[in-house]
Amino acid sequence: MTTVNLLCTFERLGETQTELRATPVPEGQIVGETFTPAEGCEVATGWEVFSYQFGTLGSELATETQNVLVSAISGIPYILGYILLIVIFMFVWRAIKSFLTPKRDFTSLKTVTFGDESAVRSETAASILSVIVIFIIWGTFTGSSLIPSFLHLPGPFKGEASFTYTALAPDGTTDDAEVFVTVLDAGEEAAEVEIDPGDGFAKNDQVAVTIYRSEIVTWDRNDDVSRRDDAARIVAINGQPVDFDYNAEDEDGNLLQTPPSFDLDFARVAITNRGTINVVPDQGWQMQPLYLPAPEVVWNRFIEIAKYGYQNVYLTVHLGFSLFRVVVGFLLGAIIGIPLGYAMGLSNWFRGWFDPIVEFMRPVPPLALIPLVIIWFGIGEVGKIFLLFLAALWIMAIAARAGVSGVRITKVHAAYSLGASKWQILRHVIIPNSLPEIFTGARVAMGVCWGTVVAAELVAAEEGIGKMITTASKFQSTDIILLGVIIIGIVGFGIDMLMRWGERYLVPWKGKA
Amino acid sequence: MSGLAIDNISMRFDLPNGGHVQALQDVTLDIKEGEIMSVLGPSGCGKTTLLNIVAGFLAPTGGETRVNGHKVEGPDAERGMVFQQGALFEWMSVRDNVSFGPRMAGKRKSDYMGNVDHFLDIVGLQDFKEKMVYELSGGMQQRVALARCLANDPDVILMDEPLGALDALTREKMQSLVLKLWKETGKTIILITHSIDEALLLGERVLVMAPRPGRIHKEYRLPFAEMGVGADLREVKEHPDYAPTREEILGMIWDMEEEIMGRTEGEG
Ligand SMILES: Nc1ncnc2c1ncn2[C@@H]1O[C@H](COP(=O)(O)OP(=O)(O)OP(=O)(O)O)[C@@H](O)[C@H]1O
Ligand SMILES: [Mg+2]
Repeated sequence: MTTVNLLCTFERLGETQTELRATPVPEGQIVGETFTPAEGCEVATGWEVFSYQFGTLGSELATETQNVLVSAISGIPYILGYILLIVIFMFVWRAIKSFLTPKRDFTSLKTVTFGDESAVRSETAASILSVIVIFIIWGTFTGSSLIPSFLHLPGPFKGEASFTYTALAPDGTTDDAEVFVTVLDAGEEAAEVEIDPGDGFAKNDQVAVTIYRSEIVTWDRNDDVSRRDDAARIVAINGQPVDFDYNAEDEDGNLLQTPPSFDLDFARVAITNRGTINVVPDQGWQMQPLYLPAPEVVWNRFIEIAKYGYQNVYLTVHLGFSLFRVVVGFLLGAIIGIPLGYAMGLSNWFRGWFDPIVEFMRPVPPLALIPLVIIWFGIGEVGKIFLLFLAALWIMAIAARAGVSGVRITKVHAAYSLGASKWQILRHVIIPNSLPEIFTGARVAMGVCWGTVVAAELVAAEEGIGKMITTASKFQSTDIILLGVIIIGIVGFGIDMLMRWGERYLVPWKGKA
Repeated sequence: MSGLAIDNISMRFDLPNGGHVQALQDVTLDIKEGEIMSVLGPSGCGKTTLLNIVAGFLAPTGGETRVNGHKVEGPDAERGMVFQQGALFEWMSVRDNVSFGPRMAGKRKSDYMGNVDHFLDIVGLQDFKEKMVYELSGGMQQRVALARCLANDPDVILMDEPLGALDALTREKMQSLVLKLWKETGKTIILITHSIDEALLLGERVLVMAPRPGRIHKEYRLPFAEMGVGADLREVKEHPDYAPTREEILGMIWDMEEEIMGRTEGEG
């Protein structure tokens, strides 16, 4: 069965459009001889196929670029605001510091500091402040109880409020009635309260709305007039007149007037195109817990999961599995990768043999191999560890190779002149000399492995910190997702600190030769 | 027969672009046991190449080198090297660096430790034995390199600008040290240097090499090394023969350098 590209021209909504269609050629027909394309189509030439594909790609990418730019530009004021905050803090801090202790160390005596790299150190106060600011911003947007409430952005309206509506009866008379609105927390049940229906043909209504939701008030349900039978309609909200007849339509069924809406102090009240009232309580400026839970919620979740587990799996099990995979995968990668790197650094033949393989595999991110690994090994431990093994293997091999190449020839010459054998040179000169490079490689590899294991668990795992996140996302438990992200960050940071500490301890001569 | 015989050595480097460099042409030299010889010459005249051939790191394209009566085929513990810098093992303490040779030879600790300590004392590093190499200054590191070479007890010591990276004061002290070690141990020493003073002060024989192709231009036999042992080197420089010899060699090297410059300008 062969396929042919057809270039079809057709009319749509009064415009002429061209489209490329890949069409199977029916059995027994030959393109260019017995095959006749459909009406309006002709077999596309190679150039037409090429230019059509690039034309569509170009226009799609142009639209995407536009979207990205719009999003990016809308973010600029926030970024500027944040930078301003940083700079303000900086000046405040400097003022405080110079006021307290005018310190005179060597760096403070330097007059040229801008551009002098050695004069730039990480300011601890700034680091602490930046973390605090993150938590404050987080708390501000979530109404956290950890920070004083004057720092909170306005939250969603909660509690009771009311507004009045004025209904117009068919005989031209009007009557006012009140709508009592109760805005409830998520999961809260509305209390049953009898309300006084009031006098006149319009009766008072009551409605319960959950925060971040809206509710339709069928105001005529309990009234003496109804929308359907009497064409009764609302002519004023809170005394403000409305000129909106939801029954007035043209012959296509389109409304003649736009439905009005009112911004009351606690809610937005709109009249729908069916004549009912839609009540949208004020949502405030805070983030919904569904999007961003408050820090203390995440913390409580952490305590809960640490104690009782999530979906019957303890946090220690999740973390333990992830770390187990990383450590085993990394160790296997190092055990194979380091000797491989040495072989590549010491033998022409091995370097020639493995160069194409290593150089090809290096740019392939392990994540891209996840689908293949799942097909080959299933979702068990072997597959994931194999993936991490691959992630670590190339990095360690390249690090070891660089470590061998980086040995100064004078050291090797000196060792030979002192009577060392090849094996002794490998053992006492080349291996120790490559340790700093290997440690740098190991740090990178551990980072990559940690990132890869989480991603692999997102796709396929029974347990693990990534799996916890996937499960949580199915239940929209944003707090657990966030908790997972924070744990991933902290553990990754911890691993790196551990590696750095090991490096300082095991290769103290690094960078001092 | 002991000592060093360099017999008609030529070295030609083939370049990737098809050309070649004649780094050495028919160099013949005889160095007796216990002699100290310094080698001078303009940059690129093949001094390092010559030393690398004697050390056994390079095989010459013509001729051969004989040490203690046998042909040089590769590096060996009988020929020790002292490099300009960067040849110490940073991952070892000073003591482990100095005892590297004997350890590699599989000697027993009790047999070599006395020797190692002795040489560390001679070079004045008795208080730094347990320090790591990167904790030492450049001059101290060169002293470790000397001690390491001596502790391995080679017959011939080859030095390629061993003091080149040191400041003038440290350098003078190290020159005295080299003379002292030479006298005490009776080793055969070849020392490459760019400093004419150093060459005159340390060389019983001074070899001046000429470039393109690298060859021996002139050889001197001087009394200053013998005089300098245990004496103030500044006093040696007061010797009436010193200044004229120095001037002569300086002029010779100047002329060579000028010729090189002229030739490169003419080519370019
Ligand atoms: N591996 C090599 N490949 C090609 N040419 C080389 C190689 N090693 C040295 N040469 C050439 O041989 C010549 C002599 O080099 P050599 O390093 O022996 O000079 P040198 O006298 O030690 O110079 P310097 O005083 O600057 O150390 C130079 O022209 C150099 O370019
Ligand atoms: Mg040289």
